[in-house]
Amino acid sequence: MDHALEVADLTITFGAAPVIQALSFSVARGSTLAIIGPNGSGKTLLFRALIGAVRHGGTVRWAAGTRIGYVPQKLDVQRDLPVTGKDLLVAKAAVARSSDVETDRALELVDLPAATARRPIGTLSGGQFQRLLLAAALIGRPSVLLFDEPTAGIDEPGQEQLYEMIHRVQRAHALTLLLISHELSVVYRHATNVLCLSRGRRCFGPPTEVLTPAAIQECYGAPLRYHRHD
Amino acid sequence: MTDQLMAVLLSAAMAIAAGLVGCFVVIRRMSLASDALSHVALPGIGVALAFDLHPMVGAGAALVLGALLVWGMERRTGISTETIIGVVFSLALAVGTLLATGEELVDALLGSPGKLGGWEVGAGILGAAAVAAFVLVARHRLVLSLVSADVARTAGVGVARVELLFLLGFALTVAFGLRYLGVLLMGSLVIIPAATAKHLARSLGEMLTISVTVAVLSTLAGEIIADRLGYPSGPVIIIVAGGLFLLSLPLRRIR
Repeated sequence: MDHALEVADLTITFGAAPVIQALSFSVARGSTLAIIGPNGSGKTLLFRALIGAVRHGGTVRWAAGTRIGYVPQKLDVQRDLPVTGKDLLVAKAAVARSSDVETDRALELVDLPAATARRPIGTLSGGQFQRLLLAAALIGRPSVLLFDEPTAGIDEPGQEQLYEMIHRVQRAHALTLLLISHELSVVYRHATNVLCLSRGRRCFGPPTEVLTPAAIQECYGAPLRYHRHD
Repeated sequence: MTDQLMAVLLSAAMAIAAGLVGCFVVIRRMSLASDALSHVALPGIGVALAFDLHPMVGAGAALVLGALLVWGMERRTGISTETIIGVVFSLALAVGTLLATGEELVDALLGSPGKLGGWEVGAGILGAAAVAAFVLVARHRLVLSLVSADVARTAGVGVARVELLFLLGFALTVAFGLRYLGVLLMGSLVIIPAATAKHLARSLGEMLTISVTVAVLSTLAGEIIADRLGYPSGPVIIIVAGGLFLLSLPLRRIR
């Protein structure tokens, strides 16, 4: 199978203790990998290792010519900064050397009106802000999208809309999607494979195999309710 | 070109550089660090005078070394820039106070614009222009790095390099203004116009424009007022900048 990403024996140490040890998996081009696991299991750390932001052992091999769009879980910026969504998009477009047309197209794809993008980022709602970050990630024609908890802080109808939009964008651009999520119902519905990170048992495979009540209890240390869409 | 015109050009160039750098200092939440940063010049000035060198050489070298030290420590320890600058540069103030004494110390603390030589004015104008050009050219990379280092990294920005260049630009801005405004006041010219712009602007472009305008206006008006009243220009410049900040408060943009 044609792989967008191959990870072998990945070990990440935070302080003295390894958070992730000898992790190996691969992601097929155009597929969706959902990464789940309890807080502190190293999901965001794994993303940061994949983009080369933290030191690690083992190998992370992206397919030749991979361009990554990254949507972080949260931004460490003050809410009262006079930085608009447009400022962020223009900055990304300038760095990625992409055109205004591509920026407009990205806004269109994520259903964010241009007038909303012209507002300071601190005044945007959770859903609008996530759309803005996704639009920024789409500038530069990425082949892979990394999305860290896309629906954190968003109400339930908003979550559903956001996931639908993400998958619409994925189909439109034939993107490979790596997604950290706690929404097991959504993961069950959209993911090609699921990687469950846990200090105890670690698992990898299709949702039908990985998202069983017993496996989830082992991964999270507690039973979790979710909707299976068979 | 007359000396007076050169002096006005130097003031304007320094104010423009300070206004531009200040915006990213404020966005990075390094406002207090800006004051502390200017203190690191003191031991450099003290050492330069002890070896019969020009004080600006010592101040510039100390500030560049300080910026490299902060950058290196931040990367190695993960401690925030503001904390490291607070510790390193306050220490530098203590050492500098021991090394520089008497009139030299007063000049270093409060500036001595009347004593600027021709090459100092020329170097100041060129240096300030270089810093301003860097901020304008690198502003997109700076914005991405400040909003999210990881987003910047995946977009191909060398985050560590941009951060180092920014710290050096910041240090050089302070260095160019030291002889003019002094250690105590140069940090204020970086921060106050940017702080004024932060609450008036609705976009990054507006913030940069307002900050530069306030910095230039404060500097030129401060010099004219100081000249008329017979006061040293440094403190008057900062009082004008502070006055503009207070006047702008009722105009705060409605969020």
